[in-house]
Amino acid sequence: MSASAKPIANTRSGTGIPTVRLITWWVIASEIVIFGGLLATYVMHRLGHPEWTEAASHTNTWAGAFNTFVLLTSSLCAVLAHQAADAHDGPKAAKMLRLTVLGGLIFLTVKGFEWTKDIHEGFVLSSGGFWSFYYTLAGLHGLHVLAGMIIMLIVAADAAKNQELQRVECIGLYWHFVDIVWIFLFPLLYIAR
Amino acid sequence: MLERYSTAASTYAHWIDYQFLLIAVLVGFWLIVAEAVMFWLIFKFRAKDGRPTQYITGEESHLKRWITIPHLLVILCDIVIIVPAIMVWYNIKQVLPPPDETVRVIGQQWAWSFQQAGADGILDTADDIRTVGELHVKVNTTYHFELMSRDVVHSFAVPAFRLKQDALPGRIITGWFRPNRVGTYDIQCTQMCGIGHALMAGRIIVETQQDHAAWLLQNSSPALAGQQVTPGTAAAGLTMAEMRP
Amino acid sequence: MSTEVQHAEPGIFHKYFFSTDHKMIAMQYLFTGMAMALLGGFFAYAFRMQLGFPNQHVPGYGIVTPGKYNALVTMHGSVMIFWVAMPVLIAAFGNFLIPLMVGCDDMAFPRINRLSYQIFLLSALVLLSSFLVKGGPFGGAWTAYPPLSAVGAYNLTPIGATLWLLAVALEFVAFLLGGINFTVTTMNSRAPGMKMYDIPLVVWMIVLASIIFMCSAGPLIAGAVMLLFDQTMSTGFFDPTRGGDPLLWQHLFWFFGHPEVYVVLLPAMGIVAEVVAVFARKKIFGYKTVLYTTWAVGFLSFVVWAHHQFVAGIDPRMANIFSITTLLISVPITEMIFLYIATLYGGSIHLDTPMLWALGFIAEFMIGGVTGIFLGSSGTDIYLHDTYFVIAHFHYTFVPIAIIAVYAGITFWYPKMFGRMLNETLGKIHFWGTVIPFNVIFIPLFITGTAGDQRRVYSYAQFAEQSRPALQHLRTTSTIALLVMLAFQFVFLFNFFWSLRNGPSAGPNPWRSATLEWTVPSPPPHGNFAELPTVYRGPYEYGLPGLADDFLPQSVPDQAVGD
Repeated sequence: MSASAKPIANTRSGTGIPTVRLITWWVIASEIVIFGGLLATYVMHRLGHPEWTEAASHTNTWAGAFNTFVLLTSSLCAVLAHQAADAHDGPKAAKMLRLTVLGGLIFLTVKGFEWTKDIHEGFVLSSGGFWSFYYTLAGLHGLHVLAGMIIMLIVAADAAKNQELQRVECIGLYWHFVDIVWIFLFPLLYIAR
Repeated sequence: MLERYSTAASTYAHWIDYQFLLIAVLVGFWLIVAEAVMFWLIFKFRAKDGRPTQYITGEESHLKRWITIPHLLVILCDIVIIVPAIMVWYNIKQVLPPPDETVRVIGQQWAWSFQQAGADGILDTADDIRTVGELHVKVNTTYHFELMSRDVVHSFAVPAFRLKQDALPGRIITGWFRPNRVGTYDIQCTQMCGIGHALMAGRIIVETQQDHAAWLLQNSSPALAGQQVTPGTAAAGLTMAEMRP
Repeated sequence: MSTEVQHAEPGIFHKYFFSTDHKMIAMQYLFTGMAMALLGGFFAYAFRMQLGFPNQHVPGYGIVTPGKYNALVTMHGSVMIFWVAMPVLIAAFGNFLIPLMVGCDDMAFPRINRLSYQIFLLSALVLLSSFLVKGGPFGGAWTAYPPLSAVGAYNLTPIGATLWLLAVALEFVAFLLGGINFTVTTMNSRAPGMKMYDIPLVVWMIVLASIIFMCSAGPLIAGAVMLLFDQTMSTGFFDPTRGGDPLLWQHLFWFFGHPEVYVVLLPAMGIVAEVVAVFARKKIFGYKTVLYTTWAVGFLSFVVWAHHQFVAGIDPRMANIFSITTLLISVPITEMIFLYIATLYGGSIHLDTPMLWALGFIAEFMIGGVTGIFLGSSGTDIYLHDTYFVIAHFHYTFVPIAIIAVYAGITFWYPKMFGRMLNETLGKIHFWGTVIPFNVIFIPLFITGTAGDQRRVYSYAQFAEQSRPALQHLRTTSTIALLVMLAFQFVFLFNFFWSLRNGPSAGPNPWRSATLEWTVPSPPPHGNFAELPTVYRGPYEYGLPGLADDFLPQSVPDQAVGD
């Protein structure tokens, strides 16, 4: 079967929802359970360990807040990309997607500087309860940001040629999910006292 | 029924044995009925030339009854089973009768060690008896055990008492037992704990008042009776304070 | 309506190794699963030889030392659940059947489908690689409780432990990806006219199993990341001396672990439903009720997990809640079994090999089900936990699921998959030679477990109460029965491979079944349907009065009836 020929199975829609959106929700659902499990575990531990507040006070709240702003802005770009795709303006959608990726890049760069400083101060993955969770949660999230950026660039490359425009909305959905996870992480890791 | 396969040597062993028998009778009944019905249907409706199959959807109420009624009876049996099950559990694990004596049980890779009061009858004094692999207790006496682990998760089990409790590192878990039959019984470890898991055997020796008193005197040093132990010193041996993370 | 997409015949390399055709991917999963089953069976052989004939040299293996014993039981459990039951029941049957049974040309995302197999194969290779490393494969039981599993000094198989964890994680990713196709294809790619209640039960069951898996796997994936870090990065998630909690792993594991048994049960029940309907020539009794009870089981499966942890050190009050929910879940399962048995009523039962297996499933699974009550009742579980009673119980559920129902499915769909018929006589010999010894293996283990035999020990020499000669006789009997059962599997292997070339040619519908996969040639061509079907009725229209034949296929138009 040639790579570009889609099976009829892909184009049918027994539920009325396009298949590409179904797969997106499935991916998001499975990620919700993964992050949900990790977050619930963290919250239970945090409640049982009041002494972690001291460790948590060393996180850089300003970096976290700036990153929140960056991610929210990038999500806005993803929304604009979706709008452009709906209007069949592939090149514009691609441009907006690439801006979203830029937001992700800024996010990861800020995180890089933030973690470099943390590590210099001696806070590493094995530094104890709070830091183990901090790096695991934020690290897993960061990996998802990176994966999202890569997929987004692939979708943008197709969109620039006005191809596979239905994928723009879906990668945008994924990006919003990654955003929402951060919205949970930020207060729990940076603000909670 | 369980007693046929394993001696019952504690008061609550009998509660668990009765619960086992109750379940065996009820589920055994349903198992036999269901298997019998199934085999009877296979026989009765085996393919016969000239006999067509019936078109049945399962919505027919006169047929649905045959499922709904047994189904409700099964639910009833479940209730008859769960109520005493919870009562047995409650009385073994949730509510501990006041102890006549307390012993400490320590699991580690790969042995059970025990700490119990010496002749002075007080735990955590200098004349405490520390044993490895063997625990001496008195018949018709209520014991609390304080269970702990030094490394991985172990599980302290005495089949004859119908006793089982996982031992976790960093925690002290308290349970109870009251032996009612003199004899020597196995202690097992019933949680995978490494290559020595099958070697974590122990013996619990249930003896009469007199025999136990004699054993106590033999193993406990009267000179140390009543002496408090300073935690952290060599004399302290294994204390509760040591076990806390 | 003709196929709009052209499916050209691919070259050999592309056809066998890089195929995106769902049927080829199904074969890949099937053969990988069968190979892993041989391995898992060999492990059982080795450790049962040690138990039946203690401390003797095991032919083909050597001496089973305590360390090797622990690795053998760990690998047996892990392989059978993750690399046999799941790939065969869900991925092999799901991949082969779903596009055919819903009437389309492939899965919705064929390349993701291929990727899922590749990741699955990788996971198997990672697991197998652990046999070659220093210390050997992981020996901490398939449940991998920390601190044992987290600290190399405790488990003495540190590299094996990490490889095992990575293999399981990769397997999870493979099945999360696979689930996409099963679910999306069933939801969206159905033939026109196939409404929700016209979908064959096996398809429903595989989809529900995928959803249950997806919802339960997340917390364990989180836990696996934490365990991996504890093993390799000096974190202390499960280390009580560093503020961690070993019980946390247990909760994360069993939150997945309990739904997992229904993840494998449901496809098995689906297969049995298909076979019973065809060979009793009867509509399933209460199709919708079967679905409702399945949804109930699926939901309840998420609230019973701590029955694996009654004596683990959880708050004793919690145990009562889980005991109640556990007995509660037996209610819908009982109803499902009753509905299957009721399907036999008024039927015309043909005891061909697939039907023998399907009926065998019901008969044996019922024993597994009722013995679960002893364990769900918290009071009795105090005694029975971690004894051979537990092992006998779950083998009376798992063997019907992973072996009996699988054989039902293979013997039933073999003609469709390979275009040949299996030999009936060999099939029946294989059936009896499997089922009878199976009972002789595990009934003695119910007895030894009741008598106090604990799990995961290579020898009872240190335990006076377990060294009674009567118990050793039972263990030896069990081992000999296993040898007999294993020997009979060669009958199946011979039948399977010999019939590929020498079996009589199978037409499109040798079993006279009403579902869509039987309307295409055996084996189906690339693209499945020369003309994509339209569906006019449910999947089990058998015994309709006033028809020339005793069944009405799903895709025959109404006006053609009575022609």
